[in-house]
Parts: sequence; structure tokens; C-alpha cells
Amino acid sequence: MILVWMIVVLLAGGVLCWLVAQRNQLICRWIALIAVVTAFSIPLGWYLRFKPVVTAGNNWLIDYQANWIPAYGISFHLAMDGLSFVLILLTFLLGTLAVLCSWNEIRERTGFYFFNLLWTLAGIAGVFVAMDLFLFYFFWEVMLVPMYFLIAIYGDFNRRYAAYKFFLFTQTGGLLMLLSILAMYFIHGQQSGNYSFDYFTLLNTTLNDTAARWIMLGFLIAFVIKLPMVPLHNWLPDAHSEAPTAGSLILAGLLLKTGAYGIIRFVLPMFPQASAGIGWLAMLLGVIGIVYGALLAFAQTDLKRLIAYTSVSHMGFVLLGVFAFREIALQGVVMQLLTHGISTGALFVMAGMLKERLHTRDIDQMGGMWTAMPHMGAIGMLFVMASLGLPFLGNFVAEFLVLISTFDVSPVLTVIASVGLVLSALYSLRIMQKVFLGQLQTVTQPPADLSAREWVIVAALTVAIVFLGLYPQPVIDMVGGVVTGIVRS
Amino acid sequence: MHQLLPYIPAFPILGFLVLSLFGRKLSKPVIATIGAGTVCLSALITIILGFSFLQTEPPGGVYDQLLWSWFSVGNLSVDIDLRVDALTLVFIFIITFVGALIHIYSAFFMWHDGDYARFFASMNLFVCSMLLLVMADNLVLMYLGWEGVGLCSYLLIGFWYEVPSNCRAANKAFLITRIGDTALLIGLFLLFKEVGTLNISGILHQAPDQFATGSSNIVLITILLLAGGMGKSAQLPLQTWLPDAMAGPSPVSALIHAATMVTAGVYLIARMHVLFQLSPVTMVIIAIIGALTLFVAGCSALAQTDIKRILAYSTISQIGYMFLALGVGAWSAAIFHFFTHAFFKALLFLAAGVVIEALHHEHNIFMMGGLRKRMPVVFITFLAGAAALSALPLVSAGFFSKDAILWYSFSAANGNPLLWLMALAGAFITALYTTRLMLVVFWGETRTPVHRQPGQGMVIPLVVLAFLSVTAGFIEWPHNMLHLTLFSAHVQKVLPETLLKTTLPSESLFQLIAALVTLAGVFLGYILYYGKPGIRWQQSPALAGIREFLFGGWKFDQLYNFLFVKPFVFITRINKSDVIDKMYNGIAQAGLRLNSWFSVSQNGSLRLYIVGVLAGILFIITLQLLL
Amino acid sequence: MIDSAHMVLMVATVLFALGLVGVLTRKNVVFMLISVEIMLNAAGLAFVAAGSKWQQPDGQVMFLFILAMAAAEVSIGLALVLQIYHQHKTLDVDRLKELRD
Repeated sequence: MILVWMIVVLLAGGVLCWLVAQRNQLICRWIALIAVVTAFSIPLGWYLRFKPVVTAGNNWLIDYQANWIPAYGISFHLAMDGLSFVLILLTFLLGTLAVLCSWNEIRERTGFYFFNLLWTLAGIAGVFVAMDLFLFYFFWEVMLVPMYFLIAIYGDFNRRYAAYKFFLFTQTGGLLMLLSILAMYFIHGQQSGNYSFDYFTLLNTTLNDTAARWIMLGFLIAFVIKLPMVPLHNWLPDAHSEAPTAGSLILAGLLLKTGAYGIIRFVLPMFPQASAGIGWLAMLLGVIGIVYGALLAFAQTDLKRLIAYTSVSHMGFVLLGVFAFREIALQGVVMQLLTHGISTGALFVMAGMLKERLHTRDIDQMGGMWTAMPHMGAIGMLFVMASLGLPFLGNFVAEFLVLISTFDVSPVLTVIASVGLVLSALYSLRIMQKVFLGQLQTVTQPPADLSAREWVIVAALTVAIVFLGLYPQPVIDMVGGVVTGIVRS
Repeated sequence: MHQLLPYIPAFPILGFLVLSLFGRKLSKPVIATIGAGTVCLSALITIILGFSFLQTEPPGGVYDQLLWSWFSVGNLSVDIDLRVDALTLVFIFIITFVGALIHIYSAFFMWHDGDYARFFASMNLFVCSMLLLVMADNLVLMYLGWEGVGLCSYLLIGFWYEVPSNCRAANKAFLITRIGDTALLIGLFLLFKEVGTLNISGILHQAPDQFATGSSNIVLITILLLAGGMGKSAQLPLQTWLPDAMAGPSPVSALIHAATMVTAGVYLIARMHVLFQLSPVTMVIIAIIGALTLFVAGCSALAQTDIKRILAYSTISQIGYMFLALGVGAWSAAIFHFFTHAFFKALLFLAAGVVIEALHHEHNIFMMGGLRKRMPVVFITFLAGAAALSALPLVSAGFFSKDAILWYSFSAANGNPLLWLMALAGAFITALYTTRLMLVVFWGETRTPVHRQPGQGMVIPLVVLAFLSVTAGFIEWPHNMLHLTLFSAHVQKVLPETLLKTTLPSESLFQLIAALVTLAGVFLGYILYYGKPGIRWQQSPALAGIREFLFGGWKFDQLYNFLFVKPFVFITRINKSDVIDKMYNGIAQAGLRLNSWFSVSQNGSLRLYIVGVLAGILFIITLQLLL
Repeated sequence: MIDSAHMVLMVATVLFALGLVGVLTRKNVVFMLISVEIMLNAAGLAFVAAGSKWQQPDGQVMFLFILAMAAAEVSIGLALVLQIYHQHKTLDVDRLKELRD
């Protein structure tokens, strides 16, 4: 039941924000913050109270099912295992920070903004726990449409183009997924006479090879567009760079993760043979993504665009790791989801802070920010190092696990992916050099260092990334059952 | 005793945390106390640990302390586990002891710098990372230290980040070492695939059973590890970053780019010696790389004019000696040279720092001169260091370590006369450029006035290091002179003894040749540079070309620029706007184009619309009739 | 002898063709409307003829429908014509091209 409350709090909070904003914007902000923090505290409190242990037999920590449209076999089925749990925590952590980021950035139409923000978060949380394919698709759209508004209304100069692009790409994928879901529904219904959208029911569908391949492709394309995989990544740089700070944070930190989650949750367990069949292709595309994204990131002069392309590069590791079908690699993938969410999110937050102060995203116009803002410089250094995979920060653990495990499967691809580590150093240091090092250029008064609110944001992210870097074992244990379950099938 | 292990890296990391979090609020004396004090505490613990180790050797010759399990998935289990054996002990002694001296020196050297806290925070982080590197019980933790020192090197080279060239130097250092690091990482993957563990003692234990001598896997693994070592230790062909790294403050050059970090490659190879012994090919490659590097870098040092760049090239060259020794299997000689080199090279850099500071940040040696009288303490300590660098017989520590390497490069089982000749040539060049440096800086007429004398706090570390540069060699004598081999006896608890050829010429003869060559180098330097500040003979066109070539470090930078940097930048620039995006925009463009074609028909003429309807009806009827 | 229904259909076709030509050639919107009416009646005639041929009431029922529809159409059409005339002061279709792209 807590899963329902978690989502309802966000949905209700969003509506309340919209209603209240007409009268008082400050109260609206506080309502948004309280709603997210409440939603955050629900799973966290539940975890601290019950201290659930993932046992070998049953991975599912919570299971909630209610009838929705029984005539078509649609139920309101939410369930959470270790994988969902860690991603839910990430969702609400970044969600809270996203609300804090927008505190001063959004000054017009605040109510509608927070409405969209909270609904997107609710959609994401729903995606991570929905165990009914119809419901899953529903939440998939719930997270997409408010995001479209966030970009299209509150974005930067080129926002309409970016928003359309984002919507068209993800919607194309979404419709392919809908086709696949319906195909699964009818095939299973015809076979067993039991028409149902339930994940656990459909899991047992036996498909012939051709059908399995096509249906799998439908799901997979939807998820790799979100991930994103080269060459389906083009919505990402535009959307990330044009979105408001909180939008970029949620896009990079959470929306990309839903793609990876979908692959792990649906594609691999439902179509083990079919996905094994294209495993090498997916790994190849993952590696291409790592290198290609890094090359593009190096060339950018727009800070947010640069960071966006680093996401393309980092998510290549996810694709590489998932399709290695190894326990260690999958653990690395889950780590990568968390750490990339935190580190890239942090970089976007910092890009937003810089933009708020300097009113530009062009790194050629920055420089010497360390002199003006030593604290932000230090934090920037930390996250730049995280993004190039420095040990003792979480990203290293993730990339190390992925690479050491895929080496067993394909040494050549792993070596090329490792070259990506050198390239990541290239673009990461470029951020550092262009933004923070060098002579302070601005002739007007130097920008102010981090405020208390900004400190809270970066401190939370810093603690999280260092913790994951030095003691990732709790997360590994949490998702252990899920991962072994998938590898075994 | 092993409970003490965590405190050695813990103090510096504590210093780092305090300084980085509260550094801006603390006063300079407090910062200096925290920054230098933590490293001194580590040094103290290390010395206590060392005494206890030497007195009663722990079981297995190892102190071991498990801190916590880092991550454990499937058959991969990595712990944060510290481990000190005889080899590690030498390294942590140098890191903490020389580190502490350099920190004390820096407390005074950096006093007037605005970013005092950031400097000490980075230095403390470096000491901690370096300690983790050598104390790691598994290769992943070692890699953590390995990357950590790279980060600190980056931070400290670019310490004065307002100057763009410093930032470029820092980037260059990080990137070139990163190439080596990535090779090392791939080596770890291969090692894990083959052996199934990344625990160092486990690997060393299992490797002889796992790999046949000279099998392709072990050759590949060792070459990858070697590539990692080459990057960090600035060996050919990844040496180009180190001379530029001199952009950092002098204490940084002394600690990171002379005494400790750049010898990480030596540590790695010595630590994994079992693997390298299984791969004779790699050993030969190491020896050749070492010999080439020491020669190439030595020649470059001859032509430099920047005092720190001379020392930087000499560092590359001396590490080349260490690699040569490792390659011929003279393990303890390599570590011994590391040991003495740490003292005298740190000393030279610190003394150079004093000189540069005293002369208003003048780096060019030809703008110095006559400092013998004006800065006597610096002169004497610098002389001690220079003597050790050029390995003056018997009166310097450098002699004992370098002589051993020269001897083993000929006499060890896989030694070779050619290697020996290269090493000998290197010794000659070393003596020559050291003499040049001494004569130009300390003799001759004054060209820049001294504006500040070093304080006590800077002199004391110099004196201590000068004393050690002279005396540190006495703990290990050549066999034919004195049977005192404390050092090799110590490290040979871990490292194997050097295998010698069966028939050998007289060792004394070789020592005599080496000593004479060194003295010849000094003499040539004296002839060429004593009292000839103008150095007119260098201006001749033929020599100027060579000098230009050597000055640019054999033009490696230009070569790499042409081969890698330019093409890379070109490729990324032309693809800046993402060629794949063009495809999607193409689809959108096609849609727009179609729209513009069809919208011609929507011209508002009702008559035309009716004709269209009629044509449609006729078309359908015809279709119906035909089909 | 030619079937009477056939004859009537011929007439209907001619009528329809006349209407069509009228729609295509007339410039005035009112005349175009009248032409459309003629076409509708042609269709109605065809229905009636077909109904009498097969001895079924459906033809006449359809004609009633067409009648009702034509009435509705004319009333809306004339209202539109009035509006057009008010706004543009012309009923020439060649000058009424507001809806082009």
C-alpha cells in the first residue's frame, strides 16, 4: 500500500501546487518540497522500520494488487523488489533536489511548473513499480507529457524545437512498445484463454522465435531511445541543454534510467533467447555510444550540451553491461544507473547555477570560476572526477564491474570501451579547464559562491557519490537477488 | 603492530578533510600545523612500525589489516585491506619521511601564497593516495591509489591555475598517465580472467601454476602492467608530460615528480615481480626501455636552460636506470636506487625552489650565477645532491646505487654489454649536465641579485636531505668492497636475488671504469662551462640544430601533436554538430518539403477543388471497371 | 424497345452532367448552388427510376431524404452566400480565395 501512497502524495501535491500558486508562490514551493520529501520518507521509513532482507527465493519486498479494468485483464498492480527500491530512492533523492533547484529559477507560472515536476516524478516512480504492462504504459506517458511541458514552457531559447524532438522520439518508442504490449496480450490470451496485462502472467508466455524477436524489438527500441543508444540519441542533447535545471536533472538522472530499467525488467526476463540473439549487436552499439558520445562531448562549447553527450557516453556502459548477461556486469549496470544519476545530475545542477550567475552556457565565455567560487570549484572538480571514473567515487565501481565482467565475454569490445575512459578524461578535464581554471574573465563583480540552499543540494549529491564509491556493498546486496535471477534465466 | 597500519594513511586524509572543508576559515599557522603535522605523525608511526618490523619480523613477513569489504559480487571480491611487507616498508618510509620534510619546507615556501589551505589539502591527499597505492593488498585498491596520485598531481601541477600554460601542463600530465592507467586497468581485467582474483599475494602465489613461462597471456598481462608503469614513471614513449609538470610549485616537483609518484611504476613492477619473471620478453623490453629512456632524457637535460626542467629530465633518466635494473632482474638494486634517488632528487628540487624564490622566480640558469658566495647553505646542500646525482665515487649515495645498476646491467643473467654501454653513456651525460648546472648557477658572475635568503624552516629539510644524500648509500656496499648489504638483505625478504652470469669479469674493473667515466663527465663539464658564461661555442649553427632538437626533448611533443592531437581535434571539430543529427533533421526537412509541394494545390480556387473531386471519382470508377 | 427505366437514367445522367458543367463553369456562387441542386435532383431521379424498375419503395424513400437534405443544404448555402456577399461585396468564386495556403 505504501507504493500507492507514494505516488498519490506526488499527484495530489502537484494538483495542490497548481491551485495554490494563484495566491502565493512561496507556499506553492513549500507544498512541492513537502510532497516530495513525504514521498521520499515513505519508502525510506518503511525500509528503516522493517529492514527487509532479500532472500534467495523471493525477491519481492512489497506486492500490491487491485482491480482496475477487470474486463480487459487490467489491474492496478504495483510491486517492488531490490532493483525498484534503489531506483525509487534515487528518484526521490533527485526529485527533492530538483524542487530545491527550481526554488529561485522559476518565477513565472510556478504552479503549473511544480505540477508538471511532481507529476513527472510520480510517473517515474510509477514506472519503477508498475507490474501491469498497461499500467506501466500509463505511467510511461505520465512521465513523458509533463516533461514535454517542462521543456516547452520553462526551457531556454530553443525550447520548442527541443521539446518537439524529445516528444517525437520518445513517443515513437512508446507507440512501438504499446504495439508490443498488445501483441503480448493477444498472443498470451489466445494461448491460455486468460487475457491479462499482468507482468507475472505474461512472463510465462511461450513465443515462437520470430514473434519473440519482433515483440522484443518493440520493447527494446522504446527503451534504448530513452537510454539513449547511438544512433537514437539525438533528442537527448537538445532536450537536456534546453530544459530548465531541474528538468535536466530529472532527464539525465531519472528518465534515462527508466530505459535501462525497462531492459532489465522486461526485455531480458520476457525474451531471454531473443535478447541473447542480438546481445553482441547491442554491446557493439553500446561501445560505439561510449566512444561516439565522448568524441562529441569533447567538441561542444555549450556546457549543458557537453554534459548531455557525456550521458550518451556513460549510458553506453549500461548497454554494454546489460547484454553481457553476467552477474558482475549487471551489478555494475545498476551501480552505473545510480552513480550516473548522481554525478551527471550534479554536473547539470552546477551548470544551472553557473547559468543563473553568468547568464550563459558557453564555456568559452567562462573561466577562472575557481577564483570567484572556490567552493563550487572544489565540488565541480569532485564531480568532474566522478564522471571520468576516478576510484573512491561511485562511477568507478560501476564502470569497473561492467568492464571486468564484459572482458570475459568480449575482450575486444572491452578494450575499446576502456579507450572511452581516456576520452572521458579528455572531455572532463576540458570542463574543468574551461569553466573553473584560468583567469577570471568577468569584468563586473565576481559571481557569488554557493548559497545555503545550493550547499544542501551539492552536499547531498557529494555524500551519495562518495558513499557509493567507498561502500557500495549495501546496494549490491539489495539488487543481488534480482540480478542472479535474471542471469540464471 | 598491525593495528597501526590504518593510521598511516588516515592522518593525511584527515588533514585533507579538515583543510578542504574548513581551510578558508583557518589561520595560516593552523593550516601549516595540520598540513605538515599529519604527515609527520604518519612518518612517526611508520618509523615505529619499521623498527618493530626490523626487530621482530611479523609472521609471514607481513603486517596485514582488513578495514572493510569494498565490494563483493559473484567471484569478485575486493577489500579495503592494508598490507605492509619489506618492500612496502621502504616505500612508505620514503613517502612519509621525505613527505614530512617536504611538507615542513612547504609550510615556509608557500607562506605568501593565497591558497595555502588548498595546497596542503592536495598535498595531504597525495600522501594518502600514495600510501594506499603501496599499502594496497589488492590491485583494485592499488589502482585507487594510482588514480588518486594522478588526481593530486593534476591538482598540484595546475596549482597556479590562472596561468593557462600551467593548466595545459596539468591536463597533459593527467591524460598521458591516463593512457598508461587504462592499459593497466585492461591488464587487471585480463589478470582477473586468467587467475580469478585480484589479490596481490593470491596472484603472486597462483601465477607460476597458472601461466607457462613466456605464454602469450602472461606476456600480454605484463606488457599491459608495464604500460601503466611507463605512464606514471614517465618512461619512453610516455615521458613527455614530466618536463611540463614542472609548472607546479617546487615542493610538488620534489615530492610527486621526483621522490614518490613517478616511481610508482617501479613499485608496480617490483611488486608483481613473479609475473614479470614468467615473461622474459617483457623483462628485456623493460631493460631496453630503461636504457633508452635514461639516454634520451639525459641528452635532453644537457640542452635545457630552465633549472627545473633540467632536474625533470634527470628524473626521467634516473627512473630509466631503475627500469633498467628491474629489466635485468636486479630487483634490490632498482629499489635501492629509488631509495637514494628520493633523497637527492627531493633535495635538488627543494634547493632549486629556494634559488628560484630568491631570484624573483627566475628559472633560467643563465640568468643565475655566482650563488656560491651569496647562498652558501643552499650551495653546500645542492652540491651534496649534485654529487649524488652524478654518482661521485664513495662520497655520495648515488654512487652506491647507480654502481650496482651498472654492474648488474652487465653481469646479471639477462644483462648485456650494450645495456651496460648505454648506462655508462648515461652516467657520463649525467655527470656532464650536473656539472653544467652547478657551474652555471653557483660560479661565475652574479646576473640576478638575491632578494631573499631562505628561512630556518626551509634550510633544515635541505640539510637533513643533504646528509642523507651523502650517507644513505653506506647501508649497502658493493660485494668486492665491504660485506655490508643491509638494504638488499631487507628487500630480498620479498624480492628474489639477482641471478648472475656464470663467468664474470672483475667487478672492481667495472667500478673503476664507471668512476672514471663519471669523473670524465665532470671534467668535460668543467672545461666547457667553468668561467665561460657566454658559452659561445654553443652558438655555432651545427650545434644549434642539435641543441634545438634536444631542447625540445627530441621533438616528441611535436610528433605526438602531429600524430594524435591534431587528428583527434580535427575529427571532433568536424563532427561537432553530430552527423547523425543531420539524418533526423533530414527526415524533418523531407516532411517540410513534401508539405510545400502539396500545399501548392491548396490555392483557394473552388473550381479546381471540384475538378479534383471529379478526377478522384473518375479514377475510382475506372479502377473499379478495370479490376 | 428501350427500357423506360433506362431512358429515365439517361435523362438523369444528362441532368447530372448539366449540373456538373454548371458548377464548373459558373462564376456566381448562387448559380453554382442551383447547379448543385440540379445534380441532387438528377440523383433523386435516378433513385425514383430504380425504385419503379424494381418495384420497391426504397427509391422514393431515398428521394424524400434527398429532398430534405437539399432543403437544408440550400438554406445553409444561401445563408452563407448572404454572409459572403456582406463581407466581400461579390459572389464571384474566382475572387473568393481566402482559404488558400
